[in-house]
Amino acid sequence: MQFGVFTVGDVTEDPMTGTTISEAERIKSMVTIALKAEEVGLDVFATGEHHNPPFVPSSPTTMLGYVAAKTSKLILSTSTTLITTNDPVKIAEDYAMLQHLADGRVDLMMGRGNTGPVYPWFGQDIRNGIALAVENYALLRRLWREDVVDWEGQFRTPLQGFTSTPRPLDDVPPFVWHGSIRSPEIAEQAAYYGDGFFHNNIFWPVSHTKQMIDLYRRRFEHYGHGAADQAIVGLGGQVFMRKNSQDAVREFRPYFDNAPVYGHGPSLEEFSRETPLTVGSPQQVIERTLTFREHFGDYQRQLFLMDHAGLPLKTVLEQLDILGSEVVPVLRKEFDSLRPAHVPEAPTHASLKAAAERARSLETLETVEAGDR
Amino acid sequence: MSERTIAVVTAGLTSPSSTRLLADQLAAAVRDTLDERGVPRRIVVIELRDHAHDLTNNLLTGFPSESLRSVLDTVTRADALIAVTPTFSASYSGLFKLFFDVLDDKALVGKPVLIGATGGTERHSLVLEYAMRPLFAYLQAVVVPTAVYAASSDWGPHATALRSRSTRAATELADLITNTAPSTGPIDPFDDSTPFEDLLKG
Repeated sequence: MQFGVFTVGDVTEDPMTGTTISEAERIKSMVTIALKAEEVGLDVFATGEHHNPPFVPSSPTTMLGYVAAKTSKLILSTSTTLITTNDPVKIAEDYAMLQHLADGRVDLMMGRGNTGPVYPWFGQDIRNGIALAVENYALLRRLWREDVVDWEGQFRTPLQGFTSTPRPLDDVPPFVWHGSIRSPEIAEQAAYYGDGFFHNNIFWPVSHTKQMIDLYRRRFEHYGHGAADQAIVGLGGQVFMRKNSQDAVREFRPYFDNAPVYGHGPSLEEFSRETPLTVGSPQQVIERTLTFREHFGDYQRQLFLMDHAGLPLKTVLEQLDILGSEVVPVLRKEFDSLRPAHVPEAPTHASLKAAAERARSLETLETVEAGDR
Repeated sequence: MSERTIAVVTAGLTSPSSTRLLADQLAAAVRDTLDERGVPRRIVVIELRDHAHDLTNNLLTGFPSESLRSVLDTVTRADALIAVTPTFSASYSGLFKLFFDVLDDKALVGKPVLIGATGGTERHSLVLEYAMRPLFAYLQAVVVPTAVYAASSDWGPHATALRSRSTRAATELADLITNTAPSTGPIDPFDDSTPFEDLLKG
């Protein structure tokens, strides 16, 4: 089981001080959070991609390349990479490059982006969101898997004899997750390719998230990638912890009340009841997170949203200390002991490379056997 | 004949409100007409005031609370709808509109609907024709020809005339209900996803 953090990269006023940090401070604090994630024993750091204020991370591979140089074990990922408005050719190149620099510690999460105005800035139209995600990703897969690609589609100029460089590290493309909050088509896409499916699990009730994950698992089995319970599932989550739960609630409430997305809406108590948000003691976070397994089955990756809504860096780093020392070690042990042997871990570069080598040696064996006959 | 469900959505704010009085009068007229025809029926009244916070929250968070979801499901699965609003600033009230903004835009397709409105003066009565009817036309509901408006005077000296308008509208709604197959509810997109090969074809 992998544990980590994912960040949106918002620049939001701290409601307690009325101050807003600069973009420079926010970018540096995102890096500090990534390094802290490795220091406290987390496995994954994932950054969002945005092209409009108040968000800073428009260039994920620049940031992840820098973090790669400063870390040694952390898996670098995205939450999400915009498969709709980015050119799939550029995604193929950027993330293959990052793979080489990070010695394979890279995977990606594809997402569509739900901000309408962003699409035309990149020559697209949000009404084609699903069609763009389907076509662009189909091309991206070919660019990583075929040395020379001839291609023609609806949304980008045709390619003739094109080779995306550099080739993926060890000829093993990065593992891909598909993130979607409520589009069945994306769960279907993840299942079709046998890729991972990630649900952000922050804004919606468990009953809804379960429908998405159940669909993905059912279709994963339908497409012959394994049994439904062997599908690769990732979940988000949102927590704020203090030793005493009342202190956690008191400290987090102003950030919750003024947060982008859900601020000025439901109360903290309502939102905690309706969604997986957990504000309380580390023990409460452990108990709530363990219920995810009961709802969604054994899963492979748990990412927490820790730094948003103007929370000061110091507070976020304290949260990561609690997460790394008190919460994740218990969850790791519990989840691992509960998971049946036939349920796989999330694929990594090492496991995908080994699988590719096994497949190649089997091919050689079959050729030899055919020759013998 | 299988039981038909009639959802009544009313956006009155006070208690008692004349909007609720009109909703009750329309619901009772529909009930009596269906009873006369031997059509089993269930009537569910939804006071939007009870869900005002949840409606705003749904707008902000993108998902309904559990109690609001059950209300939205009731309306979506109902065989017919009676919708009544007070007239605010020459239109339906904001609370009334909020409910239909949050409701799935396919929820009312082909559904028989009776519309009603209340106001302090008869001068607002065309609100039914220039605000309410276009809203439900957009949502592709089947709105009965008679829409019922009740001004303050309709509860006193003109009560008989109001009652006869209600009965006429109720008969029209009952006709539509009895001539339409029972509601099967919405299609579940998670039960029946589009195969990926079809998505790949574009």
